[in-house]
Amino acid sequence: MAKRAAPEVNAGSMADIAFLLLIFFLVTTTIETDSGLNRKLPPMDEQEQEDIIIRQRNIFTVVVNKYNQLLVEEEPTEIQDLRQLAVEFLDNGGGQGEEACDFCQGKRDPSSSDNPDKAIISLKNDRETSYKVYVAVQNELVAAYNELRDREFQRLNPMMGTTFVEANKTYNDPRTSLDTKALLKPKLDEVKVLFPQKLSEAEPNKN
Amino acid sequence: MSKFKKKKSGELPAISTASLPDIVFMLLFFFMVATVMRDSTLMVANTLPAADQIQKLDKKDRIMYIYAGKPSSRYIDKYGAAGRIQLNDKFATVEEVGAFILAERASKRQELQNVLTTALKVDGETKMGLVSDIKQELRKVNALKINYTTRVGDYRQNIN
Repeated sequence: MAKRAAPEVNAGSMADIAFLLLIFFLVTTTIETDSGLNRKLPPMDEQEQEDIIIRQRNIFTVVVNKYNQLLVEEEPTEIQDLRQLAVEFLDNGGGQGEEACDFCQGKRDPSSSDNPDKAIISLKNDRETSYKVYVAVQNELVAAYNELRDREFQRLNPMMGTTFVEANKTYNDPRTSLDTKALLKPKLDEVKVLFPQKLSEAEPNKN
Repeated sequence: MSKFKKKKSGELPAISTASLPDIVFMLLFFFMVATVMRDSTLMVANTLPAADQIQKLDKKDRIMYIYAGKPSSRYIDKYGAAGRIQLNDKFATVEEVGAFILAERASKRQELQNVLTTALKVDGETKMGLVSDIKQELRKVNALKINYTTRVGDYRQNIN
């Protein structure tokens, strides 16, 4: 038998095949990382908790009714003003003596909150409230906390050249090295102690 | 002078396309690696509300998804237009959320079971009543870390 050289396979259509696959993956790809507002629900306790007395001036009530209208501290309000009102309330620092707040820059109004640690934002919504308005309200309240935390973070760490939100993002990023995380954690915690997020949600109205 | 003339003469050589498959393969591999196949088909409308004070949800293995919204047009005849919950590939009632969370939790690795987050992918037009019911169910099974999944955008897009 004669020795025959194997004929070379024509690779001209390889590009076509690859293109076909490429287009398939292009169409099916969703490069997305989800993002959103992180919240923590209160645990459900079996036994009744004893009531803690909270002074009225330390509570900032936000009510959203079924027509998606906003009532802040008994006043009808537009959502655009919510962030500023929340910042003023949290940053008020009206407390005296033990409860004084030395880093607050607010008006020190005696009828508003004593200090950020005491200040509680109470959010109440109706069952008919639409979800997107609720998210907008949540967003504005978180924004108020973030604004104040940024301010304190920059005051305490002027050399860092970053904000609380940015630092927190770096801290939560899985690619950040452990050294950086260990460096950031005490600084973040320090600010979180100054402005703890105390956002309480009441059970929605039944109707 | 003749030197320059020489260059101009003759036809343009054809560009070799031999490396085209290589380039395409490179792109192909990129998309293959970056692709995340949707593991459940959406049966509800899912236009997420916008927010800008958001945190990223990295590490997909630590997240449990709950979808809610009104059934999409294919299912609207059968299930009506009221908001519904979707768990995995089927519609569910509020009572089933707890069981779903427990099953999901049991399917995760031991060390992850305490750090799971529940991502609520809820359509913007949904009523808060449904969301509150879901939250109550989550509290009952002690799944307290939640994330209201949103689009990136200004909050003003949500009102009007």
